[in-house]
Amino acid sequence: MQCNICSVLSKMAELGAGSLLTGDPAFNYQEHELNERLKRLYPAVNEEETPLPRSWSPKDKYSYIGLSQNNLRVHYKGHGKNHKDAASVRATHPIPAACGIYYFEVKIVSKGRDGYMGIGLSAQGVNMNRLPGWDKHSYGYHGDDGHSFCSSGTGQPYGPTFTTGDVIGCCVNLINNTCFYTKNGHTLSFCPCLSFQPNLYPTVGLQTPGEIVDANFGQQPFVFDIEDYMSEWRAKIHSMIARFPIGERLGDWQAVLQNMVSSYLVHHGYCATAMTFARATETMIQEDQTSIKNRQRIQKLVLAGRVGEAIDATQQLYPGLLEHDPNLLFMLKCRQFVEMVNGTDSEVRCFSARSPKSQDSYPGSPNLSPRHGATNAHLHNTGADSPTCSNGVTPTNKNKSHNKYTGVSSASSSPSSSPSSVNYSESNSTDSTKSQPHSATSNQETSDSEMEIEAEHYSNGVTESSTRIMNGTYKHQEILQADDNSVDDSCSSRQLCGGNQAATERMIQFGRELQALSEQLCRQYGKNATHKKMLQDAFSLLAYSDPWNCPVGQQLDPMQREAICSALNSAILESQNLPKQPPLMLALGQATECVQLMAKVRSGSCSFARVDNFLH
Amino acid sequence: MMACLLEAPLRISVLSEVTATSRHYVDRLFDPDPQNVLQGVIDMKNAVIGNNRQKANLIVLGAVPRLLYLLQQSSSSLELRTECAVVLGSLAMGTENNIKSLVDCHIIPALLQGLLCSDLIFIEACLRCLRTVFISPVTPVQLLYTDPTVIPHLMSLLSLSQHTQEYITQIFAHCCKTPEHQTVLFNHGAIQNIAPLLISPSYKVRMQALKCFSVLAYENAQVSMTLVNVLVDGEQLSQVFVRMMQRDKPIEMQLTAAKCLTYMCRAGAIRTDDNCIVLKTLPCLVRMCSKERLLEERVEGAETLAYLMEPDIELQRIASVTDHLVSMLADYFKYPSSVSAITDIKRLDHDLKHAHELRQAAFKLYASLGSNDEDIRKKITETENMMDRIVSGLSESSIKVRLAAVRCLHSLSRSVQQLRTSFHDHAVWKPLMKLLQNAPDEVLVMASSTLCNLLLEFSPSKEPILESGVIELLCSLTQSDSPALRVNGIWALMNMAFQADQKVKVEIVQALGTEQLFRLLSDPDTNVLMKTLGLLRNLLSTRPHTDMSSHGKQIMQAVTLILEGEHSIEVKEQTLCILANIADGNTAKELIMTNDDMLQKIKYYMGHSNVKLQLAATFCISNLIWNEEDGSQERQDKLREMGFVDILHKLTQASDPNLCDRAKKAMQQYLA
Repeated sequence: MQCNICSVLSKMAELGAGSLLTGDPAFNYQEHELNERLKRLYPAVNEEETPLPRSWSPKDKYSYIGLSQNNLRVHYKGHGKNHKDAASVRATHPIPAACGIYYFEVKIVSKGRDGYMGIGLSAQGVNMNRLPGWDKHSYGYHGDDGHSFCSSGTGQPYGPTFTTGDVIGCCVNLINNTCFYTKNGHTLSFCPCLSFQPNLYPTVGLQTPGEIVDANFGQQPFVFDIEDYMSEWRAKIHSMIARFPIGERLGDWQAVLQNMVSSYLVHHGYCATAMTFARATETMIQEDQTSIKNRQRIQKLVLAGRVGEAIDATQQLYPGLLEHDPNLLFMLKCRQFVEMVNGTDSEVRCFSARSPKSQDSYPGSPNLSPRHGATNAHLHNTGADSPTCSNGVTPTNKNKSHNKYTGVSSASSSPSSSPSSVNYSESNSTDSTKSQPHSATSNQETSDSEMEIEAEHYSNGVTESSTRIMNGTYKHQEILQADDNSVDDSCSSRQLCGGNQAATERMIQFGRELQALSEQLCRQYGKNATHKKMLQDAFSLLAYSDPWNCPVGQQLDPMQREAICSALNSAILESQNLPKQPPLMLALGQATECVQLMAKVRSGSCSFARVDNFLH
Repeated sequence: MMACLLEAPLRISVLSEVTATSRHYVDRLFDPDPQNVLQGVIDMKNAVIGNNRQKANLIVLGAVPRLLYLLQQSSSSLELRTECAVVLGSLAMGTENNIKSLVDCHIIPALLQGLLCSDLIFIEACLRCLRTVFISPVTPVQLLYTDPTVIPHLMSLLSLSQHTQEYITQIFAHCCKTPEHQTVLFNHGAIQNIAPLLISPSYKVRMQALKCFSVLAYENAQVSMTLVNVLVDGEQLSQVFVRMMQRDKPIEMQLTAAKCLTYMCRAGAIRTDDNCIVLKTLPCLVRMCSKERLLEERVEGAETLAYLMEPDIELQRIASVTDHLVSMLADYFKYPSSVSAITDIKRLDHDLKHAHELRQAAFKLYASLGSNDEDIRKKITETENMMDRIVSGLSESSIKVRLAAVRCLHSLSRSVQQLRTSFHDHAVWKPLMKLLQNAPDEVLVMASSTLCNLLLEFSPSKEPILESGVIELLCSLTQSDSPALRVNGIWALMNMAFQADQKVKVEIVQALGTEQLFRLLSDPDTNVLMKTLGLLRNLLSTRPHTDMSSHGKQIMQAVTLILEGEHSIEVKEQTLCILANIADGNTAKELIMTNDDMLQKIKYYMGHSNVKLQLAATFCISNLIWNEEDGSQERQDKLREMGFVDILHKLTQASDPNLCDRAKKAMQQYLA
């Protein structure tokens, strides 16, 4: 397998080198410039769906047109006796609506005999034996008389004439469906054409011998400051959005926003924050607090890479859930396998020499568990994975803490690296809060988020006597700072299953079980390509000596836990008859979808109303 | 009747109630307990906010001097002094009358004195009040400059806070009205101190700093030249201004930045073909003229654009094709629009207020656009109803509009084609003549200058103008104190006399009078002298008119006067040409032939070092000895005796081909 990959890799490398060698460096530079400029000008355009014009089309032209210089230069090669000898060429692609505002320029290299150049736009299929503007769905600005032609043989007085050395630009505004031309960087006012049909191609037409023009689709900086023009429209649309009237519903509006925030917090299990928010805004939270905390706990386990425990907890708290959703279970198990490789799942971590206890007492026997009167050192260690558990960490931080986490199990010298006892005790107390919420001080203390417990131990280690400060962020930072000290020594010592032989055996055994589960599912529900791929990918990790640095090593990235985590969270919520997605995400998704739809129905303003412009 | 009687005392009682509360506020300022005074001032502050009536009452009741007293007393607590400044600032926010009262109470020196305090809060309160006072049109700006220590002190306060920056730059921007003010500010380091504020995080500070530069640079080469070399955070100032003109910036900022660059360009600090002018400033100003902008912005945009391109034909050409500017401007004449009159009385009021400003701005811009290029002039006159608009503009009540309209007309009158067609069709001379009857000098200068063009010989308007009794008017212009008016008057007469018939010429000579003619020939302004000589020439040209039956003597005297005086080559050349004209007349010849002194002078100029003068003098002799005329033989003989033949002979060897040619032709007269 490794060999195969190697050969594939080397082949790929060869291919890459080959393409680099064949290219002319100047051309490549121009190509790079072009890509950069187009990306900057038209960020909303998805070029896989709607490619941008980059050159004239050698196929879509009249025979009197000759192309050169990477299909950017156009020259006339007909007789040029009269208008019947006119000839045009279109660009390779039509202008995508998602551009919002599109612009290209043409430099008149030579006006030839009579200077009958026409610059403009035309639709696919318009006769090429004509100058742009003469026919239906065709528009053009002509050099000999400075007239603008709008799908008509007779032009209207529009602008100055143009000739050798002039640079003529054509700007299509797909927001208000107007068009204007520029001459040497100066706008010539809106062209009198009233309506533009969609999918127009940049077009030039020539009519007499010697006429030569060069196009600039973004290969070079434009003479006209199109970005400045765009900035005006961006500002216009942004202010239009900002000032969108909500009418008399100001109160409703606020309630909706509060609900959005609150439901988002609840969904992700930011319990304390959600409660504080609810108190401050005097709103209600639908879901029971205990339920939120349960979900939060399960999510934390998944995000910490302790998928086995997460599965157990789910089965215990939501019996029947996973049984009814074998796909989810399989996904979780696959992830568990990956985490075993990673050395983070408790099924392999328990083999670590310095973590002798507690994990076997955990599943299914909550009654036996001790209260969390653990030592300082123990809790300190637990603190290490808390940033991961507290949902609110940014990906980079998560990365750090996870890397660290693997390090803890393998290299840490602290007495115990098993964090499960804390969780365990928490689950215990959760049960009790169910029956008597907020009644006893001790109960309330223990039912608060794990994060806070840990923070407390940072300060004095005595649970009962400490004063709670309901400020998650503060403690969170503290924990992160504490983490940083041990980050460095963690990365270097990553080993399969934490480097423990017994753990590796357990992993292999688990792999077999997983295989069996897959086969069973296959028999029960038929073949499932996704499952097969998932399993294959997971097992592939074993083929490399350093799974973290292999082609499928991506799976070990703690980031990968997020998808499965949110899938599990959604499934739980659904089982409780709660929405599986928070309204905020729904609204966001809808807005994004809407903007994409706008591009499809050719509403140009979409390019300046991109959702990510408003996310900070 | 009853109602009225009942109502009156009621109103009085309400009023007295109001003054009673106001009186109470003022009384508290005199409380012996400083703590009560402070509380009183604070209560007063809360009472006057947004209440113009209360402000007026307090001022009438004499609160201002007391507040100023408390503000200046060193025994007052800083808090009290600050609150006093705040209340005064609030009073200044009221009506113009409030400001007048405050200024009359010498609030400005008191507040300026307060700026010497070290407490920032107090300084800011003083500055805020000063700002409000100084930006009012009723405050004499000179008050800022009376004490020479004030400006440097204000400069030093610029570094204190964003507030001091905002207020001080706003004061400067409003109080810099003359070249002297510019120089004072410049000499105290305004540029170095204010330039960094252009990148201040506060929009208000950036904006006021920008306004400062626009007033500093206006028609000031020294400031403008310095500005181009200023760097702000490593960036050239002109580039900072260009960034401020970006289309997504607030309009006010774009417009003011464009003004700065315009003024720098007009002052010669930036070339007119610089990209920041051609590709940025000009398009930005054209955008300001668009219908989407507010009326005020459109006025300022058009005026600034007119000023920017006035001297440069290339900019005029570019502007004339940018965004259909010429037809865009036609829209300036559509206020108040018929829609606004019906729908919205508020809008009608707004439109009416700006209608004059819009029209004069459009006329100015048209004048500037059409000052050089024939095609642009054609485009302008072909714009819908343009000539009618100018004609009615000439008789509008607003002087500003009349002046702008006549400027526009003047600009268009430089076109031969327009003079022949649209000017005649619309009888523009009529309102123009009316305008000339009774107008301030600046209008007269433009109108008379336009008239000069209308009196050109190919202008079809020349005839009707002559018939309207213009000669008297022009003659009176030549007696004006203004050199520009004298030039235009005599210039118009000169044009009028060109190829005119005898009757007109006689009329001119009679109306002008010999005395005035001599006065003009000794005018200190060379332009006046040249046009007067031109008039003489035109009066004498074409043979039948040369025989100046009645004025021959005077004209000869005039010629002698000039030739003997200290004058430039051009003047003397013109004079010799007049002499040559005289020499061409039948009877007039004798005036020269009998004047030996004059003949000696001609001889002298034939040997002059300047070819032009030699040529003109030779022309004169050549006319005198011309064969086909009566008595040519005698004249030839006389001149031979005087040694002219020898000189002519010498001149046939001259290096200048014209002179040589002319001399040869003259010699031929002797040989024939």
